[in-house]
Amino acid sequence: MAVPSTAIQPRPSMFSRLLSRWSESRNALGFGFMLPAAALLLVFLTYPLGLGVWLGFTDARIGRPGIFIGIENYEYLWSDAVFWLSVFNTLLYTISASILKFALGLWLALILNQNLPFKSFFRAIVLLPWVVPTVLSAIAFWWIYDSQFSILSWALMEMGLIDHRINFLGDPENARASVIAANVWRGIPFVAITLLAGLQTIPQSLYEAATLDGASRWQLFRYVTLPLLTPIIAITMTFSVLFTFTDFQLIYVLTRGGPVNATHLMATLSFQRGISGGQLGEGAAIAVAMIPFLLAAILFSYFGLQRRKWQQGGGD
Amino acid sequence: MAATETNNRPNTDEGGMGYLQSLPRRVVTVYLPLLIFVIVLLFPFYWMTITAVKPNLEMTDYANFNPFWVVHPTLEHIRYLLFETSYPGWLLNTIIISTASTFLSLLAAVFAAYAIERLRFSGARQVGLAIFLAYLVPPSILFIPLSVMVFNLGLYDTPFALILTYPTFLIPFCTWLLMGYFRSIPFELEECALIDGASRWQILTKIVLPLSVPGLISAGIFAFTLSWNEFIYALTFIQSSENKTVPVGVLTELVRSDVYEWGALMAGALIGSLPVVVLYSFFVEHYVSSMTGAVKE
Repeated sequence: MAVPSTAIQPRPSMFSRLLSRWSESRNALGFGFMLPAAALLLVFLTYPLGLGVWLGFTDARIGRPGIFIGIENYEYLWSDAVFWLSVFNTLLYTISASILKFALGLWLALILNQNLPFKSFFRAIVLLPWVVPTVLSAIAFWWIYDSQFSILSWALMEMGLIDHRINFLGDPENARASVIAANVWRGIPFVAITLLAGLQTIPQSLYEAATLDGASRWQLFRYVTLPLLTPIIAITMTFSVLFTFTDFQLIYVLTRGGPVNATHLMATLSFQRGISGGQLGEGAAIAVAMIPFLLAAILFSYFGLQRRKWQQGGGD
Repeated sequence: MAATETNNRPNTDEGGMGYLQSLPRRVVTVYLPLLIFVIVLLFPFYWMTITAVKPNLEMTDYANFNPFWVVHPTLEHIRYLLFETSYPGWLLNTIIISTASTFLSLLAAVFAAYAIERLRFSGARQVGLAIFLAYLVPPSILFIPLSVMVFNLGLYDTPFALILTYPTFLIPFCTWLLMGYFRSIPFELEECALIDGASRWQILTKIVLPLSVPGLISAGIFAFTLSWNEFIYALTFIQSSENKTVPVGVLTELVRSDVYEWGALMAGALIGSLPVVVLYSFFVEHYVSSMTGAVKE
């Protein structure tokens, strides 16, 4: 668009006037149109991000600005067993929940992709766990996991599979498994529905051709479905990993990090130290410590997407 | 136009090679797993509902009453919730905050998406990338610095604290979604309008926006649902009971010491979920196609 309007002056047609008008006003207009969104994001997103990094280097508390103390917060966290436990928990939680969500979500997507009666009905109800506010469904899980009146314990005891109540949230190992199960329950619909969309773009003729060539069902999946689905899997799982890694609500409702910090994630620890404990500086430092992990996931996503011209934001 | 592709897909492929599968095989590989998935995914809602209408006596007496059913349904928990707690106030707060932040975000996102996608000012691509990255910044790492800001701005414990901070995750999402929609509108329409002497503003309001109503609706529903579900900011920035939103109120005010009012809690969770479920069931097709479209595009 760098054509100067003077270059076509001999014939000042409507087209050239149009061109000059565009090149004159586009940047100014673009700036004006971007202003509301940019202002809100700069003030409430970019600035706090920087402020958070700064707070991590101070000893700020609630009601006291705090002074620069270098990397003392990080030194303290480095030698803090609870912090490392929360890092371990976060990784365990993210990795196991993501693998389960992917496997079950893909399975559900493959089932929903079959020619089913009431297809759209199933699609709609499957999405429910994803639509309902996490905190509210987590409260339902809290009641399902109740130590005394757990319906799961009762049902399993009635079936004769166990002989005493399961202490879902009181025992460290059980608590970890329980919160992961609740997270998987909530995450399956998102994975399933997005993968379903990917599956529906794969032409049936490819399957027919492969079947004629004698491919087995497993081969159909391995050599037709999976390669064509890979880009969508990459996007979906990046999002899933990001949101699982930074999860806060589920843990806060179900265990608040207990028992004995066995389910503390970095986000919940950051809240506990920063807001409940009032140590803003330390809480911010924990939050900042999440950034390298997030960056790794984002870079992975970026390079994964680039192969398909960065589809989301507007490849040319 | 990938957003609607799933709907407009020609039906000639319907069924595909399904006829090659025998019925017993389909039962084992398709219907049985599907049944289990549906039961597991829906059970918490069933359990929520049944607990909300169960008298306290039946709720804890598993020996004499089958816990999966309710013998004498009661509205006592719901009455308690609506008339003896601040629940209606929380509901109202949530509606006001979600609506306001949704409108604010949609307004900003429409302009931003149009500028990035169609004005193509210098650096539009970079700005688009920045918006995408902004969507990836999670609230979990922003809430501490934001709480400091909110406090210093004098917004602490007011609805404005939430109305102004929710757009941080709503704007990137809506912009991203609307960019996809705007991209699907043919350039030629705008060029025609330009030649006819329309200004950019007229093009936006008279051509682009009417054509992207489906996109606006789904972006609006998404934004509304996201702000309805938001928890960590509402938990951090709101102190007084009467200013709380539903998720925070239910969790922090209905759970008292060690006596859990399970019936009221479940009723609160159920009623708090209903608006988004109803909203979503009206627009489920939009929802599914735009969600899949947003990721696929």
